[in-house]
Amino acid sequence: MIVEHIGLDQINGPLIVLDGVENAHNEEMVEILLDDGSKRTGRVVQIEGDKVIIQVFKGTTGLSLSNTVSRLTGHALELPLSPEILGRVFDGLGRPIDGLGDIYPEKKSDVNGQPINPVARVYPRNYINTGISSIDCLSTLIRGQKLPIFSGSGMKHNELAVQIVKQANVSDGSDFAIVFAAMGVKNDVAEYFRKSFEEANVMNKVVMYLNLSNDPIIERIITPRCALTAAEYLAYELGKDILVILTDMTSYAEAVREFSSSKGEIPGRKGFPGYLYSDFASLYERAGIVEGKPGSVTQIPILTMPNDDITHPIPDLTGYITEGQITLDRALDTMGIYPPVSVLPSLSRLMKDGIGDGYTRADHQDLANQLFASYSKVQDAKALASVIGEDELSPNDKLLLKFGEAFEERFINQGYNANRTIEETLDLGWELLTILPESELDRLDKDLLKEHYEPLKAAQNQ
Amino acid sequence: MEKTYQIYSINGPVITIKGKTDLSMMEMVFVGKDKLAGEVILIDNEKTTIQVYEETAGLSAGEPIYPSGSPLTITLGPGLMSNIFDGIERPLSVIKEQSGAFIKKGSLIPSLDAQKKWDVTLLVKEGDALEGGAVYASCPETSAIIHYCLLAPDLSGEVVEVKPDGQYTVNDTVLKLKDSFGTVHDITLCQKWPIRTPRPVKERMSSDKPLLTGQRILDTLFPVAKGGAAAIPGGFGTGKTMTQHQLAKWCDADIIIYVGCGERGNEMTQVLQEFSELIDPKTGKPMTERTILIANTSNMPVAAREASIYTGVTLAEYYRDMGYHTAMMADSSSRWAEALREISGRLEEMPADEGFPAYLPSRLSEFYERAGYMKTLCQKEGSITLIGAVSPQGGDFSEPVTQNTKRFTRCFWALDKSLAYARHYPAINWTTSYSEYLNSLAPWYSENLSPKFMRHRERIASLLQQEADLMEIVKLIGSDVLPDDQKLIIEIARVIRVGFLQQNAFHEIDTYVPLEKQYQMMRIILYLYKQCSLIVAQQIPISQIKALGLFDKAIQLKYIIPNDDLSGIEDFKEEIDAALTKFNIASGGKLG
Repeated sequence: MIVEHIGLDQINGPLIVLDGVENAHNEEMVEILLDDGSKRTGRVVQIEGDKVIIQVFKGTTGLSLSNTVSRLTGHALELPLSPEILGRVFDGLGRPIDGLGDIYPEKKSDVNGQPINPVARVYPRNYINTGISSIDCLSTLIRGQKLPIFSGSGMKHNELAVQIVKQANVSDGSDFAIVFAAMGVKNDVAEYFRKSFEEANVMNKVVMYLNLSNDPIIERIITPRCALTAAEYLAYELGKDILVILTDMTSYAEAVREFSSSKGEIPGRKGFPGYLYSDFASLYERAGIVEGKPGSVTQIPILTMPNDDITHPIPDLTGYITEGQITLDRALDTMGIYPPVSVLPSLSRLMKDGIGDGYTRADHQDLANQLFASYSKVQDAKALASVIGEDELSPNDKLLLKFGEAFEERFINQGYNANRTIEETLDLGWELLTILPESELDRLDKDLLKEHYEPLKAAQNQ
Repeated sequence: MEKTYQIYSINGPVITIKGKTDLSMMEMVFVGKDKLAGEVILIDNEKTTIQVYEETAGLSAGEPIYPSGSPLTITLGPGLMSNIFDGIERPLSVIKEQSGAFIKKGSLIPSLDAQKKWDVTLLVKEGDALEGGAVYASCPETSAIIHYCLLAPDLSGEVVEVKPDGQYTVNDTVLKLKDSFGTVHDITLCQKWPIRTPRPVKERMSSDKPLLTGQRILDTLFPVAKGGAAAIPGGFGTGKTMTQHQLAKWCDADIIIYVGCGERGNEMTQVLQEFSELIDPKTGKPMTERTILIANTSNMPVAAREASIYTGVTLAEYYRDMGYHTAMMADSSSRWAEALREISGRLEEMPADEGFPAYLPSRLSEFYERAGYMKTLCQKEGSITLIGAVSPQGGDFSEPVTQNTKRFTRCFWALDKSLAYARHYPAINWTTSYSEYLNSLAPWYSENLSPKFMRHRERIASLLQQEADLMEIVKLIGSDVLPDDQKLIIEIARVIRVGFLQQNAFHEIDTYVPLEKQYQMMRIILYLYKQCSLIVAQQIPISQIKALGLFDKAIQLKYIIPNDDLSGIEDFKEEIDAALTKFNIASGGKLG
């Protein structure tokens, strides 16, 4: 039996209050019919006796205390799923907006998902070759990993995400699909992604959930959950390897903050609610591989750091949950280096188990360590040079500067279309190391030096 | 029929009952038709507030709440070891068998396997008088650990009936005990204990033995005592989890409790997998045989995250009471503090520093005080070492959790972002870290290793400090202008940093280094410094010494010299002597 409630008792921002409701379930969906015939949906967020607080997704504009009829549906927000969703475009709540009509659901799933039992996880080991040196060599992406891109407004994070999708796709023969969730991004950006997917000829493998910057903010909280529910369905039931791109997590977090403050909750750091960490975790932790099921969910969330500040709560909390991060650097970007990956603060936590003999190449880890160590010394040398001038530097420091320049120009910088194999990337790394004298290479043991460094060095000296 | 209550309001994980109730503070309750576990956290005349350990979606007002009559307790008995639990001691592998890869809510599953029969030896006879905490039976729990069954601390009396040795399940009565009031208690192999109450001990002893970890920077520079407490703060990506994993793998405690509190799911999987493959050097058995894992990942319910720390330390206390040295790693205590904050916010409490509740320091101190080297009720010695990772927001150590943790722990292993960026692991900063246990541990080191150990340690620490001071100058004017004796300090400090402090967790030899080798490495580095400074004092340019490659060889020593054969140290000393003879230095000086 469905009971209808006529009128409302209070409206406050995106929240409405209904009195005299019995048997409301926490988090269940509510349909709100306006007297002009339009329909909105909402969700129960708090219950106090017979008083129910409901969050309205499309906002409360036009609602009055008397012009609505509300109906509790008795179930949480469910997303219709079927293999046909591939190639389709949905809004932030999972309703088709590409004019191709409704889908015929094979099943409906609660968008909130359920936590994966840690015992049932499979530790991710299978590396994804992105063809981008700075990622493949230094912060390798692993299937089942969540690796965000920390960027800033105006930097080339979208281009990088597209390049990863294109190149990761080409190199791998497995059943691959992409779930794309836009949260508060501009129309142009969503369009750029769509076009790029078309150009890469993968559009029939892409599901898009779009909540653009002019769409209701409250729906934005649901959008990534829809996308991840679709991803889990495609991965664990249809056995595909799914890459989820979530952009922009900063808009998402701001929506959470707006919603929290309208509920009158006590704000934490920078006004974000204290549960932002748990909230992020409920999204990011949905990446992974599950025992006994084919398929995997890999996430690349993109976030723009407000004021390029990595200690801002959004990148900070994200970094504590995700398995590493790829940080973009504005100085490199301005110098025209693409992708402007800032190598030192970038990290892939799962890298160590997915590279080396049997995965990439035996020398990968040691080479990566040496590149990191040397490049971090370059920063010291640069700092020194800015005080005493380049001419005054010791010969070693001068070589370091030379190495740093070559590293940025040739290793990091590779352009939109260059797809390097892992061999090419590693060989390039060794080649750059020959700029430095052997005494500078303290992370490499004798055998490795003999195998890779000395022949190159000898060839140069001739 | 037991009295039940009704849900009045629901707000995230916090629910309330309207009106006066008979529930007591911290009582465990079962909420709703699905019987979700919860705990009473606030009572007043108008309402009782309960935090629920599971997802509250789908609950509705008016659903019943069942009291349990006791605080949140966990079951202690054989079968804990090598298991993996969630924050309120539900076995995750059984949950997986029942509900598949995803955790469904309302799974009331007994913590211990009730079917498994243990090979029990009874250690008491009829007529024996038993005190609380006495051992009455034992059974091999895993191939590495003998489980001693302890009488609950609040019980005592005379044994009136004993079953013969044999096969029993955890719930079988093996013993009957008559207390001083004449009541006869059935004693099984297991007992319950409320997680927020520390288990009683006979007395607290001073902790003067180090917890050896095989990690050079920890054992040598900043050792923690058995029964001590240490904090590892660090921003993301600085290697907190990696350090915790290394400690769990290699520290010389008998039993490891690893609590993954609000951390990544994949990390717990990694621990599970790695530990089952690793062989414990002491027992020759897989690591899992002495490890209990508690996994409450960041996407699991927040209230259970708050409880997981207490569950972990209660398990540690239980094994300590049997006379084991236990070590508990909490990764990360910041997530626990954040869970406190989250629940405090839902209760609309007045926030203190950064939104954390005002009782954060007292909760932290209560937790860390449960560490200690104790004489147990059954007259054995056992200890709990607590090692808490802290994840400060934005890597800023001035935030409340780091600051308060610093007050209640005596060891501070500060992880440094710039070291981590340079991939110098463990990225423990040697100038900001400290250990207050040095003085109390010094006698142990001189007795068991060498009387000179502490002196060498001080010289290493002082060289590093001198380098840090010199680097201030180098940053301004470059290293070329320094006099040679200072250049030598910088050079030898590099050897210490790269060759000694830096340790490769993935290298077969280097991942674990016995104390003896650590000591020998210190000696040879200091010897090299001593000999070189003699040469520098003769105005011979340091570049000539550097050209000999001795410094680079010293850095490689950690990989070259096997852990069980230290003769390479002597060989290297001879090599130093031979190489330096051309500078007319009286060779054959002795190792310090």
